[in-house]
Amino acid sequence: MNLDLGSPDSMTIGEKLAGIAWSLVLLVILVASVGFAMLYSAANGSLDPWASRQIVRFAIGLVAMLFMALVDIRIWMKLAYPLYGAVFVLLIAVELVGDVGKGAQRWIDLGFIQLQPSEIMKVTLVLALARYFHGATLEDAGRIPFLFVPLLIIFAPVGLVLMQPNLGTSLILVMIGGAMFFLAGVRLWKFGLVIAAVLIAIPLSWQFVLHDYQRHRVETFLDPESDPLGHGYHITQSKIAFGSGGLMGKGFLQGTQSHLNFLPEKQTDFIFTMLAEEFGFVGGVGFLGLYCLLLLFGFVIALRCRHQFGRLVALGLTVNLFLYMFINVAMIMGLIPVVGVPLPLISYGGTATLAVMIGFGLLLSVHVHRDVRMSRRGISDL
Amino acid sequence: MLSGYDRDAERQRLLTRRTLVLGGMQAAVAGVLVARLYYLQIVEADRYTMLADDNRISLRLIAPPRGLIVDRNGVPLAVNEQNFRINLVREQADDLTRVLSQVEKLVGLTDVDLRRIQRDIQRSRRFVPVTLKENLTWDQVSAIEVNIPDLPGVSIDVGQVRSYPFGETMAHVLGYVGSVSEKELENADDPLLSLPGFRIGKNGLEKEHDLALRGVAGSQQLEVNAVGRVIRELSRDDGQPGRQVTLTLDAKLQHYTQQRLAEHESAAAVVMDVKTGGILALGSSPSFDPNQFAMGIGYEAYQALLKDEHNPLTNKAIAGQYPPGSTFKMITALAALESGIVNAQHRVTCTGHMNLGDHRFHCWKKGGHGTLDMVGALMNSCDVYFYDLAQRIGIERIADMARRFGLGDRVGLELPGERPGLVPDPKWKKQKLKQPWHPGETLIASMGQGYVLATPLQLAVMTARLASGRAVQPHLTKAIEATFTETVDWPRVAVKPEHLAVVLAGMNAVSNIPGGTGYKARIAVPGMELAGKSGSAQVRRISMAERNTGVKKNEDLPWRERDHALFVAFAPVQAPRFACAAIVEHGGGGGAVAGPVVRDILLECQMLEASRANVAQQADLRGGPVGTGGGMAETAE
Repeated sequence: MNLDLGSPDSMTIGEKLAGIAWSLVLLVILVASVGFAMLYSAANGSLDPWASRQIVRFAIGLVAMLFMALVDIRIWMKLAYPLYGAVFVLLIAVELVGDVGKGAQRWIDLGFIQLQPSEIMKVTLVLALARYFHGATLEDAGRIPFLFVPLLIIFAPVGLVLMQPNLGTSLILVMIGGAMFFLAGVRLWKFGLVIAAVLIAIPLSWQFVLHDYQRHRVETFLDPESDPLGHGYHITQSKIAFGSGGLMGKGFLQGTQSHLNFLPEKQTDFIFTMLAEEFGFVGGVGFLGLYCLLLLFGFVIALRCRHQFGRLVALGLTVNLFLYMFINVAMIMGLIPVVGVPLPLISYGGTATLAVMIGFGLLLSVHVHRDVRMSRRGISDL
Repeated sequence: MLSGYDRDAERQRLLTRRTLVLGGMQAAVAGVLVARLYYLQIVEADRYTMLADDNRISLRLIAPPRGLIVDRNGVPLAVNEQNFRINLVREQADDLTRVLSQVEKLVGLTDVDLRRIQRDIQRSRRFVPVTLKENLTWDQVSAIEVNIPDLPGVSIDVGQVRSYPFGETMAHVLGYVGSVSEKELENADDPLLSLPGFRIGKNGLEKEHDLALRGVAGSQQLEVNAVGRVIRELSRDDGQPGRQVTLTLDAKLQHYTQQRLAEHESAAAVVMDVKTGGILALGSSPSFDPNQFAMGIGYEAYQALLKDEHNPLTNKAIAGQYPPGSTFKMITALAALESGIVNAQHRVTCTGHMNLGDHRFHCWKKGGHGTLDMVGALMNSCDVYFYDLAQRIGIERIADMARRFGLGDRVGLELPGERPGLVPDPKWKKQKLKQPWHPGETLIASMGQGYVLATPLQLAVMTARLASGRAVQPHLTKAIEATFTETVDWPRVAVKPEHLAVVLAGMNAVSNIPGGTGYKARIAVPGMELAGKSGSAQVRRISMAERNTGVKKNEDLPWRERDHALFVAFAPVQAPRFACAAIVEHGGGGGAVAGPVVRDILLECQMLEASRANVAQQADLRGGPVGTGGGMAETAE
């Protein structure tokens, strides 16, 4: 089965550096820089306390990203399950020793960073599923028993995250998994079946699974006026900030909603609101365009990759990034209920930055190693 | 192997296809996001811009300074004084307890103060100033100022408080200001009323001219943040200050009048310009200090005022209704002359009483006055003479004449609380008491007793109309800045001048011919003589038994049962300028008790005028032989 077609199985560091998609790196830096500017603005024109720290974290993340890009994709494939397992253990650890933030156990304080394993899990879940489906034929994907293991891979961490409880991240994990299934070739009717099952499960889970505060959030979303000073207040103020930005915005550092503190959490979840308030519709669309360009890179890298693992990793990470963006932006524009999801590269926060930088590192690695040969089992050629 | 490639290729094609589907879905979702962005930022931009401004712009009202009230000569009667307050901003005070105890040592804070302060501090945000103490004296202000470095968060702030420099003297005319009540807030659309600490006129002219005095609210646009802290001022409109109100009142005369009245337990007096109707003085004693009300009167002080049997809160000059007694006889005389039934030469012989049916009506003079003509009857205040007139002309003519001279209904002075008095006639009695009119009641009414009631103001109006022959309307407001000036031209009263002359001659005789009931209360200064009429209104029934054993003297009766002493007069006799009516509640004989009050007031009135015309002349006049006015010494300034 090992075919030697003279492909670049073993590249030098120089070759690898040259193979890095530097345009993507530049794009990441550009998007992150927009984030620095917004954090500078969120602090009323000061690098402290957010922008400076975010720059440091990003710089560390950038180095990590480049390092990961140089690591052979086959090593990543080898490490897929161990990494998944390690993060899974961290999730359990969160249950046991995690700090309680906003009524939910979400992070472990490592001293230099408040690690949210659920964020890292998004990446390792992609790795593990890609590893699993890498060797799977379409026939495999068609057999239901074959899907038991990946379902377990998805729902084991989902269960833990739900217990934290963190509904938003659990849903993202499920959606990432679903996308991976879809890409791996699972039949559409099976998705239909699952969606139907979910529709039945929603009223049941409303009754028995969801916590009061989660129910409250959904209720508030459906009727913001019912809670004008709680979550409804956040969304109402966010919409006011968007709308008052108008076409051209109020100007950098001039956002009244954000600078007079009407806008909550402006340095984290609601940072795009501030961007749209200060730079208007033009700035908002421009920024979404940049983000979509990032996604486009992901798709292109996936399609140019010559091995299934790489394709699945690239697409899974892209879906992850997309979900971040969609959920965050849709939430702050009042399209979906409030779920605490940041906008990666822009929002102030350690783990999310780290997680996407790891993602981009893997994406770059896929790109650098797009032509390496991999067996079905994927490990033998190293 | 081939099949492996094929399979891989097939799998890759599927993946590519599904990747495109996924990409397409993501593009669609991104499209939704952009559409939403468009909706929020373009379609709804105006609405949200407005909401954002609502958020950040706080409109604050600026209370305009209240208009001043000044007397006819520009002397300020109601002014705005600086009210120094100590404020504390919680977030700037390092140690609240220490700062508070420090302030307490410097200016003294009561337990009530401290409890209120604690409550205010808990209720307010940390950056909102809380008032620790108001109405500071200069000493207290400087004590705080000197120690300011030791008192972080403490500052002195200047507000305005209404002040009445004349205090009690003007209380009944000016009234006072007070906090807006719930009820007043309900029916008003002026936003100023809902301003904390805003004061409006509660009584007197402060109430009557409140809208003019209040001014128009200014406003201030402030940019505030989410917790209400002021970031900066965006715009400011100072509004329109309250208008100045000029009164017809003469502050000096008012002061004198009030002082003079205060010599009695309970008294009231009104001085009018007989030509213009402008009121120069309007006194009611006892009075109260309106400044207490403007600063917020305490419960105990208020209860004390309410319980005082002399009703210091009632303006007796307009709200006290008394039987006018003999001061009403001018009306009966005029009604008789105008009726054509009798003339001035009509003579009646008084034997001390007159019989009508089974009843005997007495004259105040037990032995009777003998034969009198009309001037003589007025001069001696002979009751029998007027019984005779009343019997001849009937009650309707008397009532009609009384109304022409301002009695029987509110004269319409611009003060709240004016009472209408009462001029009875058969129609009134039938309606109110469901009883027929008795001829005897006409006799009683002819001398201002029985049902007849009048306020001192009405008696002053009556006297002014008699003296000038014009239907003057009394008023206190000479001018309101830019909007109003008093009317000074009044039509003639519908009575013949020669008839009026008879009555005036009678009043002159009362005061200036020896034996007149007011002779003792005359003004002896040439050119300033007054002409008046006394009245003693009985407030109890004298029984037949008492008449037989001798009518009790006022001095022997408890205060409440003594006669009201009344006196009305105008001066100078030759060219009437001023009219004055005074009542001393339960004072006894009108000529003896109320007469000197009116005399002193009218003299003061003329002297003030003379002194204004010629300061040098004043000294000479003071040296002249002027009565026994107890109040004179106090007026020397």
